[in-house]
Amino acid sequence: MTDLTPIIQMTDVSRIFGDFRALDRVSLSVLPGERVVVCGPSGSGKSTLIRCLNRLESHDSGTIIVDGIELGEDTRDIRAVRQEVGMVFQQFNLFPHLTVLENLTLGPIRVRRMSRSAAEELARNYLDRVHIPEQADKFPAQLSGGQQQRVAIARSLCMEPRIMLFDEPTSALDPEMINEVLDVMVELAGTGMTMICVTHEMGFARKVAHKMVFMEAGRIAEIAPPEAFFSNPSSARARLFLDQILEH
Amino acid sequence: MRKIHWLDWMILALLLLFAGYVWTRIEGTLNYKWRWEIIPQYLLHYDQDQGRWTAGILMEGLLNTIRISVLASILALVLGTILGLARCAQNLAVRMLARTYLELLRNIPSIVVIFIFYFFLSEQLIAAFNIDGWARDIARGENAWLWQVFFGDMRRFPSLVSGILVLALFESAFVGEIIRAGIQSIPRGQREAAQSLGLPWRDEMRFVVLPQAMHKIVPPLANQSITLVKNSAIVSLISVHDLTYRTLALVSSTRAIFEAWITTALIYGGLCFLLSLLFRRLEKGSDR
Ligand SMILES: Nc1ncnc2c1ncn2[C@@H]1O[C@H](COP(=O)(O)OP(=O)(O)OP(=O)(O)O)[C@@H](O)[C@H]1O
Ligand SMILES: [Mg+2]
Repeated sequence: MTDLTPIIQMTDVSRIFGDFRALDRVSLSVLPGERVVVCGPSGSGKSTLIRCLNRLESHDSGTIIVDGIELGEDTRDIRAVRQEVGMVFQQFNLFPHLTVLENLTLGPIRVRRMSRSAAEELARNYLDRVHIPEQADKFPAQLSGGQQQRVAIARSLCMEPRIMLFDEPTSALDPEMINEVLDVMVELAGTGMTMICVTHEMGFARKVAHKMVFMEAGRIAEIAPPEAFFSNPSSARARLFLDQILEH
Repeated sequence: MRKIHWLDWMILALLLLFAGYVWTRIEGTLNYKWRWEIIPQYLLHYDQDQGRWTAGILMEGLLNTIRISVLASILALVLGTILGLARCAQNLAVRMLARTYLELLRNIPSIVVIFIFYFFLSEQLIAAFNIDGWARDIARGENAWLWQVFFGDMRRFPSLVSGILVLALFESAFVGEIIRAGIQSIPRGQREAAQSLGLPWRDEMRFVVLPQAMHKIVPPLANQSITLVKNSAIVSLISVHDLTYRTLALVSSTRAIFEAWITTALIYGGLCFLLSLLFRRLEKGSDR
């Protein structure tokens, strides 16, 4: 964290569905290499927040600048940002009609204009990194949930993004598979990747986060370093929330 | 389920009774003389002058119907795909335009649509591109026989083209709906994953959405192509020499009303039945 210009700068961002404010004047800045964990009750706008960062969701007001590019209507800007921002979904969203290897090489070949052989080498490299080199030629449906999510992470990494977004990457997994995915994410954190992660895995948050963001009703209710957040949350709502999820 | 019930016998008996009634009406009351023997020559006959078998007018009509159906299906598929993609477009104007086209076709009788397409579109296009003159040149040229395989008598090429255009424009709306339904059956997450990789829209469609939508698109498309063959009869209204047009001509010259129409019905029925058998076989093949 030597470079002090933020790689993500959200200023007064609002997103309104009908007459419901899913995001209400949210401001957040993230430095290169910084790891942010976002938590909060269901419906508080966590998904909306990170989906705005690669324009899967558009914002109605405020500004979002990612890696020096302001997100707006311009599709070329949007695609430029998406090339630098990887996203991992709760439901994996692997392409079921393609093999694992094809899932990984599609982006590099079509977007980065790599040759097939170079893309396959890159893909095998990242499959190694997520510890499933032997599954390259299988189809997603032949893998366990934990393996699928690791493929999905590898798919995003193959684009060699500068930022990784995670939207509850372990919520759809059986408990025994959660750790294999979290381990991969911890290793990724070790490489200095900028990460924004929506999760309720507080053990993981403690281990990797530089900064905790607590959301409530479309607003950021609290931003704090993890030590402070877990030991002494300033808002009553955050305290209640922590009590509830730490009970389990 | 296989066992024949007394109710089945009853229905069968009623049907026979009705057929018998129609028969006696035709035979007795109308004093109709059946002349089945004249029909075969209109399918195929031996030409003494040229010394070879040639197609009669019904067979020529059938060949034209097949040509129109095949070529219109291809064109309808292209237009329909564009229309289906337009229906799912981001741009509101594009979506509205596609929607309007569909609603117009849905809510105007097909016969009216056919005439409108004919006079307002295909006639103008044919005049604009001088297709008339072009086709006449080909008919006189050396490779006329090759063109005839695909397009029949080249002197009637403009008429065939308008038949194809009109039919394709008409069917494209329904093909478009099938494509749209296929595209929209793909979960949103698939498209979001493609987008988040930075894939441009056409790659998202080409590599992620359409390959998956195929399973949903192909079976109804096969059905639609059978419907298209049946609907092709409508182009006889704009004087395209298809099977229906030729049957009308045959009836007016020979007065063999029942024989001619029964024959034509059997030909259409056989053609569509063969198609459906073919598609069923292909579908089974692709399941494996
Ligand atoms: N496309 C949409 N149309 C209408 N309302 C939406 C849409 N997307 C999200 N919302 C609403 O916005 C609010 C915030 O949604 P969001 O998905 O960001 O919450 P979340 O914090 O991720 O919740 P969860 O923990 O359940 O995933 C919710 O009340 C949701 O109903
Ligand atoms: Mg969510």
